[in-house]
Amino acid sequence: MISLNVNEKDLQVDVDPETPLLWVLRDHLDLPGTKYGCGVAQCGACVVHLEGEAVRSCVTKVKRAENKKVVTIEGLAENNDHPVQQAWTEVDVPQCGYCHSGQIMSAAVLLKENPNPTDEDIDLAMAGNICRCGTYSRIRKAIHVAAEINKSST
Amino acid sequence: MNPFKPKNQGKILSTVGGVFLILLVVGISVGMSEKNFSTEDYIELSSLKKDSVVSKEAFKKVYSVLMHPRCMNCHPSGDIPLQGDDSHLHGMSPQRGEDGKGVYAMKCANCHQNENTPGIHAPPGNPEWHLPPADMKMIFQGRTANELAKQLIDKSKNGNKSIKDLIAHAEDTLVKAGWHPAEGLSLPPMSHKEFKEAWVTWLKTGAYAPDNSE
Repeated sequence: MISLNVNEKDLQVDVDPETPLLWVLRDHLDLPGTKYGCGVAQCGACVVHLEGEAVRSCVTKVKRAENKKVVTIEGLAENNDHPVQQAWTEVDVPQCGYCHSGQIMSAAVLLKENPNPTDEDIDLAMAGNICRCGTYSRIRKAIHVAAEINKSST
Repeated sequence: MNPFKPKNQGKILSTVGGVFLILLVVGISVGMSEKNFSTEDYIELSSLKKDSVVSKEAFKKVYSVLMHPRCMNCHPSGDIPLQGDDSHLHGMSPQRGEDGKGVYAMKCANCHQNENTPGIHAPPGNPEWHLPPADMKMIFQGRTANELAKQLIDKSKNGNKSIKDLIAHAEDTLVKAGWHPAEGLSLPPMSHKEFKEAWVTWLKTGAYAPDNSE
C-alpha cells in the first residue's frame, strides 16, 4: 500500500511502487484530467504538482510521491477558477485541448514563483510543454492575463 | 634561574622564531597565490612527491573522462545543458537557474528521477541531478587540457575546494553517475576506478597542467 495526499485527500493505493504516478491517478484514482502524451518526459501533457513542483507524472514513479502532496488539474482550484484557468477561458486558449491540463499546471508554478513574468520568463518556463495545435501565442497572452487577475484579487 | 642566561634570551628567541615563521608563511602564500592554493594545501602538497611528468600523464587520462559527454554535458559553456553522445543542446532548452537546478516549471528533478528511467531517450536519473550553480559554472566545454587543469585547482573557480576536497570529490554521487548512463548512452573511456587512480595521481604529484602543445 502506498499512502498519498491527492488534491487534499489522504489516500492509500494498492499498486506496485514502480508504477508511474500518471497511471495511478488515471486508472486507480479516476482522475483522467492528466493526459498521457509521450511517456518519456518530453511533451509536458502529464504535468502535475508534487510538493508544489511541476513534475512529469509519466516518468515519476508513485514511490516518489509516497506521503507527499500531489495536485492534479482537478484539484488546482475548488471550482475550476484558479486565475490560470480563468485566463485560459477568457483568452480561449485551447484548440484540441489535449495538452492544456499540463500547460495550466506548468503556468501555475511559474506564477507562484514569479507573479509578474515577462515574455522571456514565460518562454523559459513553458518551453517543456508542447502544443501540436500551436497555441503558444495564446498561452503566453493568457499567462499575462492570469498575472493581472492575481494582482486584482490581492 | 640561570645567572648566565641573558635576561631576555627567551623573548629574543621566540621573536626570531616568530619572524621566521611569518616569513615562511608569507613566502609560501606568495609562491602559491598564483594558483590560489591555501597554506594548508601547500603543506598537503609539499608532503607529496611532485613529479610533473607523471602528473601531466595522469591528467591526460583525467581530461579524456572530463571531456566525455557523460561529464561534459552538465558542464556546458552556456546556461543550457547538453544532451546525448553528440553533446547537442538539451531539448526544451532547460536553463541553469541560480542554483543549477533549473527554473519555474523546468527544474531538472521534474523529469530526472532518483534513478534512470528505462527506455531509449528516457531521462537519466540521480538524486542530485543538477548543473553547477550560476556563480560557479565550472565550465568544461571548450577548455583545453591546460585550461581545465588550472581551473580545477583554482579555488575561485572550483567551488572553494582544497586538494583534499578535490580528491574526495572523485567519490561524489553525481560524478559516479557518469558510469551509470541511461539506455543507449556511452560510458566514459575508462572505469571509475581507473579514473580515480589517474585523478588522485594527478593531484598528489603536483596537479601540473599539461602544456598546450602536449
